[in-house]
Amino acid sequence: MSGFYTLLQKELLRFCKVGLQSIFAPMMATLIYLLIFSHMLESRIQAYPNVTYTTFLIPGLIMMAMLQNAFANSSSSLIQSKISGSIVFVLLSPLSYMEIFVAYVLAAIVRGFLVGIGIYLVILVFFDMPLRSILWIFVFALLGNGFLGALGIIAAIWAEKFDQLAAFQNFVILPLTFLSGVFYTIHSLPSFWENLSHFNPFFYVIDGFRYGFFGVSDISPYFSLMVVVIFFLLVSWITLQMLRTGYKLRQ
Amino acid sequence: MTPAIEVNKVYKHFGVVDALLDINLEIKQGEFFALLGPNGAGKTTLINILAGLMLPSNGRARILGHDVVLNYREARQVMGVVPQELVFDPFFTVREMLSIQSGYYGLRNNSNWIDEVLHYLDLSEKENANMRTLSGGMKRRVLVAQALVHKPPVIILDEPTAGVDVELRQSLWDFIKQLNRDGHTIVLTTHYLEEAEFLCSRIGIMKQGRIVALDSTKNLINSFNSCLIKLRLTSSILPIKLQSLVEDYAENSFTLRIDNYSSIEGVLAALRIGKIEVLEMEVIQPGLEKVFVQIMDRADKKELV
Repeated sequence: MSGFYTLLQKELLRFCKVGLQSIFAPMMATLIYLLIFSHMLESRIQAYPNVTYTTFLIPGLIMMAMLQNAFANSSSSLIQSKISGSIVFVLLSPLSYMEIFVAYVLAAIVRGFLVGIGIYLVILVFFDMPLRSILWIFVFALLGNGFLGALGIIAAIWAEKFDQLAAFQNFVILPLTFLSGVFYTIHSLPSFWENLSHFNPFFYVIDGFRYGFFGVSDISPYFSLMVVVIFFLLVSWITLQMLRTGYKLRQ
Repeated sequence: MTPAIEVNKVYKHFGVVDALLDINLEIKQGEFFALLGPNGAGKTTLINILAGLMLPSNGRARILGHDVVLNYREARQVMGVVPQELVFDPFFTVREMLSIQSGYYGLRNNSNWIDEVLHYLDLSEKENANMRTLSGGMKRRVLVAQALVHKPPVIILDEPTAGVDVELRQSLWDFIKQLNRDGHTIVLTTHYLEEAEFLCSRIGIMKQGRIVALDSTKNLINSFNSCLIKLRLTSSILPIKLQSLVEDYAENSFTLRIDNYSSIEGVLAALRIGKIEVLEMEVIQPGLEKVFVQIMDRADKKELV
């Protein structure tokens, strides 16, 4: 077990050493989004009754930042060590593939939570946020970050160069997070786009997370939970298979 | 006693390229073994399979009885590998790196041994330096240190002295020899044949994915047992009997090739009969380098047949 804790500790230490870039920069970016969108759209859009647009926007923005950073954490750590070659130190060690998986995913979750909590604390200074159920908030944050942490491992194992990973990030992760209902309720979309949104797993993560704040959501949080759990398990299973067979890592 | 390393009918294919063909090898505990061969012979591929960095296409390998695929955790726990590439993690200092590496092997409080390794590898002054700031030779030493943090019974070094200056090379080998005396099994690959000759008790020579020679260093050298004898004589003309042995000459100095030491007596007898006196004599033994070249030639000829 001690090997596992060491790897986890190393992964945490890694992003903490560059905390300005890994924690504070995404907090800053999210707060700027909030400033701009709330200023421009506050008076024009009302998503849910009795919920102002800015308040509506906050949980989505927090979750978006968390998801992007959870993905960035596992993927950038892994691709850097893969390209620099220092991944051999992990590969030569007696760590099991399950331990490697859990350590990388947990580190991604921790970074996601640090970014999310950081943003939340700053926001609390300026806005009044309702808080319906901390449990729903926690469960969706945990699963969402875990899902993206595992997806980050897959992307980094698959990518052979930094720009391939960047492509994955820009053409898959970024559109899926932006188009997941962060900035709007999907009920406001034309029906084609509304239906399409139901195929975006990130939509369920954000919708369920938002339910924890307002007690209102586009669809039932139980259904969202089911979808998110299924996606998390599926992606975890694929990641574990890749690590077990040594796909692209031990070849 | 369980062999330190056991390789059984191992094959490795990369697509249509055969990197390893039917490798069989047994290395006993406590041996100091060298794996030699030209670039692309398959040395690193074999080491990567032992280390678990690659999976064999066929066959099995065991470290102290632990299968490197099926019981990989046990196998990796008893083995320390110095990779050939100069790799490092830019986020950490030397000491952090070594503590992390210890932790991977389940060692929490390893600072005494880390101090010792740092001392032996002359890294103590650099323990708090970031890996990025180290020179190539320093990084190589850290790689060696990383492979040794868990005191593995089996130590595998893939060209550990490539790009390392002479002084360090000497101290590195002293340290490795000490570890060997303490009972660690050492396997190394190197391009410096004199290193292998000087250090190793047994040698395997690889070529194009096969082991083409495998014997004790002594036997290998003796199997190509012609040696050279250098003579300075009172005469500049050799007896006819000896003229066919001449490899080189200048005035009254001659270099003769003889099959073995027992032929020396025949040479001296012929000189006595010719009433020629020996002013100076030197016997030159064949080195591993000569053996290596001859084995490579022989392997080439076999392929032609």
